[in-house]
This record gives sequence, structure tokens and C-alpha cells, in this order.
Amino acid sequence: MGLIHEIDYGTPASKAEKQVTLTVDGFEVTVPEGTSIMRASMEAGIKIPKLCATDMVDAFGSCRLCLVEIEGRAGTPSSCTTPVAPGMVVKTQTSRLKDIRKGVMELYISDHPLDCLTCAANGDCELQDMAGVVGLRDVRYGYDGDNHVFAKDRSDGGENFRWMPKDESNPYFTYDPSKCIVCSRCVRACEEVQGTFALTIEGRGFESRVSPGMHQPFIDSECVSCGACVQACPTATLTEKSVIEIGQAEHSVVTTCAYCGVGCSFKAEMRGDELVRMVPYKDGKANRGHSCVKGRFAWGYATHKDRILNPMIREKITDPWREVSWEEAFAHIASEFRRIQYQYGKGAVGGITSSRCTNEETYLVQKLVRQGFGNNNVDTCARVCHSPTGYGLGQTFGTSAGTQDFDSVEHTDVIMVIGANPSAAHPVFASRMKKRIRQGAKLIVLDPRVTETVDSVHAKATHHLPLLPGTNVAVITSLAHVIVTEGLFDEAFIRERCDWSEFEDYAAFVAEEHHSPEAVEKLSGVPADAIREAARLYATGGNGAIYYGLGVTEHSQGSTTVMAIANLAMLTGNIGRPGVGVNPLRGQNNVQGSCDMGSFPHELPGYRHISGDAVRDIYESLWGVKLDNEPGLRIPNMLDAAVEGSFKGIYIQGEDILQSDPDTKHVAAGLAAMECVVVHDLFLNETANYAHVFLPGSTFLEKDGTFTNAERRINRVRKVMAPKNGYGDWEVTQLLAQAMGIGWNYAHPSEIMDEIARTTPSFASVTYDLLDKVGSVQWPCNEKAPEGTPIMHVDGFVRGKGKFIRTEYVATDEKTGPRFPLLLTTGRILSQYNVGAQTRRTENVIWHDEDRLEIHPHDAEQRGIRDGDWVRIQSRAGETTLRALITERVAPGVIYTTFHHPNTQANVVTTDFSDWATNCPEYKVTAVQVAPSNGPSDWQVNYDEQARRSRRIAARRLEAAE
Amino acid sequence: MTMQHASTDIAFRTAQVVDGLKDLEGPLLPILHELQEEFGCVPPEALPVIAEALNISNAEVHGVVTFYHDYRNQPAGRHVLKVCRAEACQSMGGDAIATQISRALGIGFHETAKDGSVTLEPVYCLGLCACAPAAMLDGEVIGRLDAGKIDEIVQEVRS
Repeated sequence: MGLIHEIDYGTPASKAEKQVTLTVDGFEVTVPEGTSIMRASMEAGIKIPKLCATDMVDAFGSCRLCLVEIEGRAGTPSSCTTPVAPGMVVKTQTSRLKDIRKGVMELYISDHPLDCLTCAANGDCELQDMAGVVGLRDVRYGYDGDNHVFAKDRSDGGENFRWMPKDESNPYFTYDPSKCIVCSRCVRACEEVQGTFALTIEGRGFESRVSPGMHQPFIDSECVSCGACVQACPTATLTEKSVIEIGQAEHSVVTTCAYCGVGCSFKAEMRGDELVRMVPYKDGKANRGHSCVKGRFAWGYATHKDRILNPMIREKITDPWREVSWEEAFAHIASEFRRIQYQYGKGAVGGITSSRCTNEETYLVQKLVRQGFGNNNVDTCARVCHSPTGYGLGQTFGTSAGTQDFDSVEHTDVIMVIGANPSAAHPVFASRMKKRIRQGAKLIVLDPRVTETVDSVHAKATHHLPLLPGTNVAVITSLAHVIVTEGLFDEAFIRERCDWSEFEDYAAFVAEEHHSPEAVEKLSGVPADAIREAARLYATGGNGAIYYGLGVTEHSQGSTTVMAIANLAMLTGNIGRPGVGVNPLRGQNNVQGSCDMGSFPHELPGYRHISGDAVRDIYESLWGVKLDNEPGLRIPNMLDAAVEGSFKGIYIQGEDILQSDPDTKHVAAGLAAMECVVVHDLFLNETANYAHVFLPGSTFLEKDGTFTNAERRINRVRKVMAPKNGYGDWEVTQLLAQAMGIGWNYAHPSEIMDEIARTTPSFASVTYDLLDKVGSVQWPCNEKAPEGTPIMHVDGFVRGKGKFIRTEYVATDEKTGPRFPLLLTTGRILSQYNVGAQTRRTENVIWHDEDRLEIHPHDAEQRGIRDGDWVRIQSRAGETTLRALITERVAPGVIYTTFHHPNTQANVVTTDFSDWATNCPEYKVTAVQVAPSNGPSDWQVNYDEQARRSRRIAARRLEAAE
Repeated sequence: MTMQHASTDIAFRTAQVVDGLKDLEGPLLPILHELQEEFGCVPPEALPVIAEALNISNAEVHGVVTFYHDYRNQPAGRHVLKVCRAEACQSMGGDAIATQISRALGIGFHETAKDGSVTLEPVYCLGLCACAPAAMLDGEVIGRLDAGKIDEIVQEVRS
């Protein structure tokens, strides 16, 4: 095990098909046309000295180190900016080149400190390497002249006005201008890779300096702390604070980020078992070497002092916690669950799988419920986010997943983003999308709010359709109306791939006058012209791809909206090739995987209905039990049953249902009515306030497994340190099963994956060996597609013929009226993740330390609310308070908040309305009233007190060894 | 004399200027020129307004403004005298001339006289090497500088 050194080819790869052969230092090398000489040389194994070039950004040609000589051409062109030509003869090392390079390095070093031994980049500095490579032995210019290195003038001790102090304002990295060689790599990374343009070079000539924003500290600039600049920096100018503190890593392991559904690959760079830094992995097929502030930096929660490391038990939820041994905890749960089942029936217990855990862990929890508990009472947090995706896409296309890989966006001409804000919630995908927009693709955004995705620099949406929350179906059906009535649909595609008679029925339906943009304008608030133009652009603008998020699914018509989106794609033939498709942006790292693994009460792994005898046979013979052929309880049903007294015990792995599920009071009542609530988590989360047993969880750094991201990509998660709590989550579930008398004996998660592959056709060829060999695969991965399926429905839909389904708009029952005149909708922010259990325990709170209520100036003025005032939000379900933020990003009549902080209690306000097909809660629309307030509501005060009391832990038990 | 502008005025006026010019191809430099014309400088408060209107970042605007020495962050004196300090003028005694001008005006380079009458700046080549040493007063070039011409310049800026 050592550090993984990725080759830096200096310039990006050319995608040209035509090959060109040239000679570099006497060696023949063949590369695609358009490749730089620098990259071609590297392909041949010859490293040309360089400073300003790196393959994450385009060639720049400023450092003058990479010069070469080319036979038959005058001068010494820079190899990074000179493309190869057939028959070219290149020399990379001549006495002329040596002299020039040495001279250039001498100038660089004459304005750079010579503190290599104590420098944080010692051992990882390209400037140091280049000084060595060119044989620099002396700097004739001395250090007495103008410089950026010393704070004081070396001759008279006066202030050196050129010197700038270190900027330590960002919590994760420092900017030390005295070490900067102004190669512009950071500026270009911020522009080309991240797309934020937060950095620039200010001044000119010797005065040129890297400037965040307008000569501001990093934290005050537009910087989003993605880390691309730090990665690009060849010196110690931009350095992770963790590297400054700890030193250089000595080995690294490739693993997968545990935040959002993009599923970025990272190198976990380690010193012993201490994590030094996470660096995005260039070969990661989801992120292609990029990262965001969460995955790159916000991993400090893994060692946060709040983490619980010992199992705990208590009789009543009002008692303090008592630390116990693992054996005692397992024995207690096993006896309680058996007692409950004996007393109240087999169906009185259940489990919830986690979208934060690995596929293997999720598989085990559902297996424990089905095999061990003997019922199908298993559900997962996808219930509250993307269950309508599963249903909607399953009905229309035949699979419950996105159709593309993320690379596909590089071929898209029109990107339609519906109910999603990738800039905040899927930042690495957003960067890839914006790159494509800067290349000329057009963007259409359907969102009630002017999100960061609508008006990103250099990537502004061509059309923003600011629809009223709850009117998705009307607007999307209206887009279809325009496409059908103006004859813009792709008849050849529909005739070949879809059921023509269903299309005719659908076409007649959408052509009805009440779907026209003019009619829909009245109820959605979107100007008819905008709907027409967006529809025309999507239908005729080339490859059209739809990306959508929870703004689509978390509605009473969530499933209908997903079907409306699928209709739109089929209507325009935008399915089955690169650059098109329908792509749900999954919220959590493994929400796709947890759904794939049979977490729903009606489905076995691979989305096979529990009523299918053939499917049940597979598991019954393998597990040696009889499976119930009736679906079990969904989360809301479990809670209802608990309140009614028929559901008494639950095992919740890695989900905080009290905070994340709707109608908090109802969830609390359900949990309080149970007799044995087992919470398996990293922290005493909000749900744990109602728990009787707490099992400490492990982080993604502490276990092996796989996550499946939004593009169906199965990525390896690799253990880089021993679990601080003693066991990986899969081991905890296994030990619990063993305590219940089930004879599981998995020695490694790879054995669990083998079982999944053996029993699930779409995973048939997945093995850890294959993943180690090819990096990652996208399911289906089986005999037909041995290395996975990047794009689905290529030659036909999985279900056979694509199915058009009528999508009638039915307004939600959650309506505004005199008492509740405003519509509340919710969303996320870049620096925080979901309920914030992890990110709130990192330095990310510097960007967002409280949830605020966004309200339009007009609505605020009417209510006498000023920016920063405490306000009370009241709905039919409950009320909460938070501070107002007055902004025109929301339309009049619409208010918006995030839900990253537990004391916000946004879900006290949300109602129990839900999607008609899947029960996915209607988080995105709540009719509310807002009024000035003096501070937290009674519920918030009582809740805080109760939470504080329920988190007490009795004096720690003595260690057995003592 | 340029009035001090309140920052809300600046934002408002900047928005108007940007609105009038943003449809040009490459609108940033014309906008900056217009603002300098209006305010005598490009006020730092104007930068975010420009950035938002052009859908570019604050950093980009800052990069452009600081690249060009002609864009000021505060208003210059009533007159601006640029004296060439480049090689051709140096070879014709430009350094001595520069010192004399500085002494005659009582200010150093990059400084503005206390009474706001004149700002003295170096410039690196006015393209007038044939008539070195050269200077430029309020946009008018002056060749073959000598003691007499310096006197004339001083008189003009003091008047």
C-alpha cells in the first residue's frame, strides 16, 4: 500500500477519432489529433517540465518551462499549447532548452521563499520538483529587490507593500500569497472545472496576484470551497489545513463519498489510520476528478466528540441512557422483539433501511426483516424522496432508475432541470452541467424559486418557468400540449418504440384546450409564452435531457409528474442514446442502492414484487423460510399502526425519521407508542430521543461495501480505518440476526454482494473482483452487459413498448386560503447536507449556521417583517419559528426554507398529505401564514428540553479489562 | 469637481449605464469607460452591480478593472499628467525631466495635489519616441519636454 499517484498528462485528452503519429526524443507515439505535444510525450513516458499546465484545465502556455524544439520549425514553442502533427519530430531536452528552463526557474525562485524544509508542501510541491528537474543550483538575482516574499523590506526594515499576509479565512484551506507563482492554475480550475469564477488575477506584470473575489478574503468571496483550486495549486500557496497540521499522507485508498447521489470517487489519503485529506479521483466516472465542499472537506464528523461508540439501553425513554456491552444489547433486542411478536403478533415489528449505508448493509436489514422477523415490514427513507420515481419510471419505461450516465451531459444540447437545484444539492454534477452550458447548451429550469442554478455566472437559464408550488403536472402537461399541437413530436421514434394507440389517446388528451399554456398560465403563474418557447426549445433544440429532483416527487402528484416527464422524453425521442434521457438526481449516496436492494415492503431486491411466486422461491430456498406474499407496512403505516397499538418494535438503521419525515408530532406519537425502538446511528439523532436501544454505527471510512449512485453506478466503498465503535454496520446487523437465532455467517461484505448477484438478475455479474478491475459498473450488469449499462433503453424500452400515460392535473388538497395565504416550499443549501447530522458537526456551519425563511419583500412588508426578524410559520399541522430573509428569489405568495437544523422543525409545519401512488410526503407545498414573533415556539422550547433530557447518559460503565 | 456619491446612487447610476451598454459585444470595457466618465473613477461599489447584470463574477470584473491602469478606484485631480518613463524617453533624459516635473508640482508619481488640481502618473510609452522625452496632459501629447514646457504645464494645471 502506498500513495496512489495519478499521472498528470498536462493537458486534457483529445476526443478526436483521427490518430496522429509523431516522434518524441526518438520514440514514436500515436495519439488522437488535437493532443498537445506535452500530453503525447507523457503518453510515451517522457515528462516535459511544466508548472502552469495540469490536465484538469486547458493549456495556458504561461510558465515557459515546457518549451520544446521541433524539427523544421523556428524557436522553442511551448509543448502544452502546440498540437501534434503527423511526422513531427520533437526534442524535449537540448542544451538550448536546458538553458532557457534554468533561466526561467531562476526567475521563479528569485521571488519565492526558500523554506522548503518547513513548508507544508514539502514532498508534494511541483515547484520544488521542477527546480530539481532543471538542475537549478544558484539564484543570481538575490532577494534584495522587489519581492512578494518578505513582510519587511530587507534593506531598510520598512513595510513591503507587495507582501500579503496569509488568508486563513476558509476553514479548510489557507492561501499564502508569498508562495504564489501566479501560474493561474487555481483561477482556471475555478472557472473551467467548478464554474464559479470566484478567482481572478488582479493587476498586471510583477503586480499580478491571485485574488478571491474583489481582493477579498476567501470566505467573503464567491468561493464555494469545492477544493478544485487547492488541488490545482502546484505549490503550498493553497493548502489544506489538515495537511499543514498533520503532514503529507503516506498511503491512499480509493473510496466513494457518502454524501449526495452523485457518488464521487475520492482518494482517502492517510497517515497511519489518520485521514489527512480526501482528494477527488480522476478515474472516478461520476465526478471525473472534481468534488464539492462536503465530500472534499466535511468529513470531520467521523471523529466528532458527539459520536456514540458504545451500545446503550434504557427501560423508558425518560430514563438516562446506560452503556452496555454489545452482547447485552443484542440479547435485549432479540428478547424484546420476540416478546413483542409473541404478545402482539408477527407483524408488530419492522425495520427501516438506510440510504446512507451500503448496499450490503441494506440488503441485510431487509433480509433480517423478511427472514428473521418473518414479515415484509421494511421500508426506507426513499419513501420520503424518490419513491414516485420508482413508480413513475417503472410504469412508463419499465425500470426504476435514471436512464443515463453523468458523462451523457457532455452530449446534451438542451438541459431541462425540474424541481432540482444541482448547484446546491448535486454540486459536482452541476459543475459538469455548467461546463456544457458554457459550451453552448441551453438550460430550461422549472422551479418556484430563482435558484443558484437559474442564474449561475456564464450559465444562465435560457428559460426559467417560476411555477407555483404544486402545479408541476399542469405545466409539464402543457409543455406536451405545445409539442403535440405544434407537431413537434418525433413520430418515427414513437411508432418504433412506443405503443401507438396509447400515444394517440395521450395526444388527444394533452391537446385538450385546458392544457394549453394560456389556460395553465392562470393556475401556475407561468407566462404562456415562456411555456411555449421552452417546449419548442426542448423539442427542437437537439439532444434534450431532463434532470429532476425532489421538487418533482415530494408532491401529492409526485408519481404523475414523473410520468409526465417520461411522456415528454418519449414524445420527443429523447431516450436511448448519449445526451438525452430522464435522470432523477438522487439525494443520498445510496438511495438508488437501498431501493435496488429490496427495501420496500412490496419488493424483493431488483424491484420484483413480493407476490411473485418464482421470485419468492429463490429466496425461500436460499434462506430456508417461508416468505409472506403480502406487502408489509410502509413507514407512515407503521407509525399509524403504532399509534393504534398494533406495531410495537422497530429497528432503524441510519435514518432520522423524526426529523426527516412529515408531521413531526405524528412521528413522535408513533415512536412514543412503541415498546422497543432500536436506533442504529453515528449520533444520538432526534429519533433516538424516542429509542430504547442505541447501537453505535460506523462511518463510510470504517467499512467495505458498495454505494449505487444516481446513474445506477455501483461504486466501491473501502475501509481505511478500523471502526471506532468496534463493528461495521453490516456486522452489527449480522450479530443482531445471530442473537435472534439466524445462522448468518458472512466474513466480508463481498460475500453479501455474491448473494445479491446470485439472486438478482440485474446484478448477476457484479463481484468485488470486477469492481476492483474496472472501477465501477452501472446495473444492469449481467451476461448481456458484462461491464454494465451506461445508457438504458438503447434498442427498446425495458418494459417492451414505452407507455404513454394520461397525466391529469389535480390540485393538491393543500390549498391557500384566508387563514393560510402563503405556500411554503423547502430546499437545500450547498454547505449543509439533509438534516445536517454530519455537516452540522463540521466547519461547514461557517456558511450556514441556521435555517432562514425566505420571503418576498412584498409579503414581508404587508406583515411588518424586516430582514432578520423572528417570524412564526403556522400551518394546519403546527407552527415553528425562524428568522426571516427578505429576497426576490422567491415570488410573492411563496416562501421557502431549508431544513438542515433540528431546531427549525420545518416538518412540524408540513402536513400528512402524500403522493397518491407511493405515500411520498408532500413536503414541497404547505399552505401557511407568517407573522412576526418574539422567538421560538412552545413546541420548539419543549422539544429542546425533552431532547436534552433524553440524551443524558449515565456514568460510563467500567471497561471489562480494568 | 466630482461630487462624492452615496453608494445607493452609485448602484442606481451604474445599473443605468450597464443597461444602456450591455447588449454590445464585449460590453465590459465600454461600461467601465462610461462609469469612469461619470464618476471620475470606477467605484468599487459598482463592480458587483456590473457583475450581476452581465452574469459574470465579481472576481472577473475586478480582474479587468485592475489590469488596466487607466481605471481608477478614486477620482483623479482636475488635470491628469502622464509622463513617459519608458526606455526611449529615458535615453533622452526622461528621468531628469520626470524629477523636475515632480518637484515643480510638489507631488510624487501616483499622487494627486492637495488642492485637487493635478494627478501625476507614469506611463510606459506614448508612441512618441521620436519626440522624446514625452508626456500627455489631459489626453494631449506633448513632445520634446524641457524646462520651458514644464513651466507651461505647471501654469496650465494651476490656473
